[in-house]
Amino acid sequence: MAALASVGETPVPVTAGRPSGMQARRRRRLNAFRYVVFTVFGLFFIVPLLAMARFSLEGAKLGTWSLSAWRQIASYQNTGIPPLLSAIEITLELAVITCVVTLVLLVPTMIWIRLRVQWLARTVEFLCLLPLTIPAIVLVVGLGPIYNRIQHYSLSALMLFWVYVILALPYAYRALAAGLSAIDVTTLAEAARSLGASWFSVIVRVIAPNMWQAILNAVLLTAALVLGEFTIAYLLLYTNLQEELYAISRNTPNAGVVFSTSLAALLFAFALLLILSYAGRRRRGRG
Amino acid sequence: MAVATTTKTGARPSWSGRRPSVPAWAGTVPFFAYVGVFLLLPTGIVVVDSLKNPNGSWAVSNVTELGNPLVRGYFIGSLKLCLLSSVSGAVLGAILAYAVASGNPDGVVRRLYISASGVLAQFGGVTLAFAFLVTIGPVGLLFHASWYYEFPWGIGLIYTYFQIPLMVLVFLPAIDGLKVQWREASENLGSSAWQYWRYVGGPLLAPAFLGATLLLFANALSAFATIQAWENQIAYIVPQQISTALSSEVGLSNVNVADLLALGMVILVAIVMTGYALLQRRAARWLR
Repeated sequence: MAALASVGETPVPVTAGRPSGMQARRRRRLNAFRYVVFTVFGLFFIVPLLAMARFSLEGAKLGTWSLSAWRQIASYQNTGIPPLLSAIEITLELAVITCVVTLVLLVPTMIWIRLRVQWLARTVEFLCLLPLTIPAIVLVVGLGPIYNRIQHYSLSALMLFWVYVILALPYAYRALAAGLSAIDVTTLAEAARSLGASWFSVIVRVIAPNMWQAILNAVLLTAALVLGEFTIAYLLLYTNLQEELYAISRNTPNAGVVFSTSLAALLFAFALLLILSYAGRRRRGRG
Repeated sequence: MAVATTTKTGARPSWSGRRPSVPAWAGTVPFFAYVGVFLLLPTGIVVVDSLKNPNGSWAVSNVTELGNPLVRGYFIGSLKLCLLSSVSGAVLGAILAYAVASGNPDGVVRRLYISASGVLAQFGGVTLAFAFLVTIGPVGLLFHASWYYEFPWGIGLIYTYFQIPLMVLVFLPAIDGLKVQWREASENLGSSAWQYWRYVGGPLLAPAFLGATLLLFANALSAFATIQAWENQIAYIVPQQISTALSSEVGLSNVNVADLLALGMVILVAIVMTGYALLQRRAARWLR
């Protein structure tokens, strides 16, 4: 250690000459390596998306261009499966309901645990992250009897939200936990309480507005998750967007509308997540 | 001013003292009830039902059916696919993560790759299978890979599409944790790049790398939508067979097949995730 320190303190020009040459060569090689890696991986990730885009613009004859597949999104209908548009509607509604329920369930609970029942924090964290390790397909097997019960009351595919909230827990939890740890919850709560606020207004009107960024993150992640969910809807015999696309593709292989809708859903999810990263950056810039 | 303060602080204890009957943990009851009904109960049902016969009597010996050659075949299929996609995903993802980490920490490339990874790691499912179908499948625009429908190669390649981004997300913090000083120190002591990776960087990253590989393994294990859209006629892996068993009650007699397979998956995931947690703890010793 002492030897290293003394090397660092010797007159600069003597020792710096050779290492900097070595550094430069290493830097050049590293840069070459980076460009190759970025190009190869970039192509691997982009080409399938481009292929899907091209296929969605395929005309009636191979090799021609046409927007018909994109126009079909609003009108596609085939025997034996519900119209595409209704599946899209259901999925969007599911996304909204799931987001609302997740927030209502999680935000007050997490704040309350921060403020009053710290000893439950580990348990709640464990339960929230648990769905990451229990595969959705396993959950479905056990959900069968529960959904039998639910279907006594409602047959609507909207009932999927009950389990989608569970799937969203890990993502929403991590987003909210990051937001909560960034603000001084205790001080805010004490200040509000000493000014006479009820616990309800402490949570809804004081702390929640201070973590809107985290809440937005949780909402976007949850919505993206619902848009892409297939396993549970498929196995519980509900129709959501992904299940509908799957059904269309089995019915009419290589139907253009499958690719245009897939791409549209994907772009929508990309947009959601871009908003997320953009909003995150602006926040950081200000702070 | 002073008067107001005393009344406020004086008022608070008496307020909370007025309602001693509702304990503070009561506020968390809705959360626990919800998670209990929709997460813990289904898991419990799977475990209990797998140890029962369809007629409702207990049969713990069902577990031995996991060794049944037919059942074992699906688990071997799952292991093949998970191993292939997690190892290739981990190696390629680590290379990409290193390339990303060695650049400007605030650069555009890094930000682009991190946000793209966040999106693409989630982009499994039906859509992904469609995308590859029109790239290298029978109607592929790029070329037609004759092995597209071969298990596990075709589907393994599709899986790497979401495994690599996940690896980047999980492994990047570990690479970022490698201190420049360590590299400088080993260079000052005269080590070559190979020696640095062999004796310093490699051993430091090994636990994080193995842990991330296990996470990828678990990720591939539970994936279902992608492979179902890739090939829905033949069941290769456990989730597909669970799906078949749920929709038709054929196969093993006297056993709740779906529950049993699901139990097998839970056990497998539990083993893998325990390994992951242990390796994470080992990795955290150096990298922070």
